[in-house]
Amino acid sequence: MKRLTSLAAIALALSLSAGCAHRRTANELPPEPPSATATAEADDAGDQASTVGTAPLPGSRGDFLQSVPSDRVFFDFDSYALDDRDRTTLDAQAAWLTRNSGVRVLIEGHADERGTREYNLALGDRRANAARDYLESRGIAASRMQTISWGKERPANPASTEEAYAENRRAVTVVPE
Amino acid sequence: MKPLFALFALLLASAGQAQTEPQSAEPPPLEVDVTGGQRAALPIAVPSMPTPQEAATAAGGTGALGRQVADIVATDLRNSGLFTPIGPGGLHAVSFPQVTAPDFPYFATTGAQNLVQGFVQANANGSITVGCYLYDIAAQNELTRQGYVVQPRDWRRAAHRCADAIFSRLTGEGAYFDTRIVYVSETGPARRRIKRLAIMDYDGANHRFLTNGQWTVLTPRFAPNQQTITFMTYQDERPRVMVYELDSGRTRPLVAGPNMTFAPRYSPDSRYIIFSMAIGGNTDIYRIPVAGGTPQRLTNSPGIDTGGSYSPDGSRIVFESDRGGSQQIYMMDSDGSNQRRISFGGGGYATPVWSPRGDLIAFTKTGGFRIGVMAPDGSGERILTGGGYAEGPTWAPNGRAIMFTRGASQGELWYVDVASGATRRVPTPLGGSDPAWSPLRP
Repeated sequence: MKRLTSLAAIALALSLSAGCAHRRTANELPPEPPSATATAEADDAGDQASTVGTAPLPGSRGDFLQSVPSDRVFFDFDSYALDDRDRTTLDAQAAWLTRNSGVRVLIEGHADERGTREYNLALGDRRANAARDYLESRGIAASRMQTISWGKERPANPASTEEAYAENRRAVTVVPE
Repeated sequence: MKPLFALFALLLASAGQAQTEPQSAEPPPLEVDVTGGQRAALPIAVPSMPTPQEAATAAGGTGALGRQVADIVATDLRNSGLFTPIGPGGLHAVSFPQVTAPDFPYFATTGAQNLVQGFVQANANGSITVGCYLYDIAAQNELTRQGYVVQPRDWRRAAHRCADAIFSRLTGEGAYFDTRIVYVSETGPARRRIKRLAIMDYDGANHRFLTNGQWTVLTPRFAPNQQTITFMTYQDERPRVMVYELDSGRTRPLVAGPNMTFAPRYSPDSRYIIFSMAIGGNTDIYRIPVAGGTPQRLTNSPGIDTGGSYSPDGSRIVFESDRGGSQQIYMMDSDGSNQRRISFGGGGYATPVWSPRGDLIAFTKTGGFRIGVMAPDGSGERILTGGGYAEGPTWAPNGRAIMFTRGASQGELWYVDVASGATRRVPTPLGGSDPAWSPLRP
């Protein structure tokens, strides 16, 4: 596992900008269903990644990001409820985690900036646990999952717009590099 | 210099710390209307303070210090919103003998009603004495006098103490200038914001950092006895409440175990800290001795219960909860019993903080994010801040002023006078958030 991880890190480092572009696409998938244009862009990014020969190693973060629709689920304002789209995302994550039974994950809960600091810490904890509980219901052992709440301290998108807020209200499943 | 004062200064010099002359037993008359806040600010003359003999100190010459002390006294009084200081610039120089024999006819021509005079004197042991005298110009009499003996590096404290003495004598209100602020200094992009614990005087002077910025820190609070600070840190990516010992600089976790702990606040006797702990997505309020021990659970709702703050007598705790569907303010006895909602206005309420005077609870109104106050029974709600995101109020020790965070992602520290609603920015070297106002310094 250790060796695989470092190989994956080297592969990622070698992939340079193309690899980064792919990861950025996966990390910043907006919560709305992608339009036809957005899908085409995502496919382009995937093609670029493959042309420089970055096949992620099984069990790596790269593998996880390529195998699931998204590493994160998004929430409505002041909510920690999962919708069908979130469950589809988490089902895929659960399937990958089932295939890679040695991998432990950290689930980060986040809030947008429109909330008091302490409440948002509690809200981020709720969101991380909502994702965690669902993954557990899909057969992932609780011992493989840790949660952390960042409240509003680590926005994915620093802008103060509705779109940015929607990106920031999230629970992210983090697979080790 | 009058003999009585000279004797007292001598006594103080041996003590070697900032100390005040005992207050007279007679209660001061209320000369400024502070509850209405509408009366015009009181004009008060603050000339430069002379020195009996120019001498070098570790903080500069005594003559220059006399001017700087007068500047700080004037600034403090202006900051209160209750005074319009005249001087030090533009006023006739005061000679040392005139400190106790003011030129009342001259100061009457300035339009001032009161006069602050004083002196700065170097002592043989390296300390300095700051004398501080308050006069009524029309009545031509002395209202109070104080002497402060401090190390030269603490000269600003002597000035703040002088301003505190004048403020209290003329308003009947508690002092609050000789205080500090602990807060979170912020810099860098929002996605990787660097947040460091920092401490400074209430006016922004004597700023220093307490943590190096490696880990995000949040919500520091002063212990009422000012021996420790509690705060939340992401040290080792384990978000939890820590206790920082101001003397030693040592930091230790408050609560054992893996769960996230946050929103700490001390009991008035500094023996306990109430805090929030999130377990499996549910947040409740707990109490634990500052020295450590077993947390005692105070709330038990399936909602988010956080932001606890003690009443000044320690008998009750105000907190926020979304158990009813939205964030609202609740009250309970300090053992967790008798929980009841007290906020019923439109929109949500968060971060309740009990005034040190006990008469008001400050809060963040989450619809629009403004700072407001209400009585402990929930009545008399009043919004203090205008446009712009605001959250996280903290009270001055006299309950007259509130400091808070302005800005949702790039924070600044701001101050609002509770009576008048006048606001001003508190200077910080970088961005700032989560201020906590100290009690009066010992």
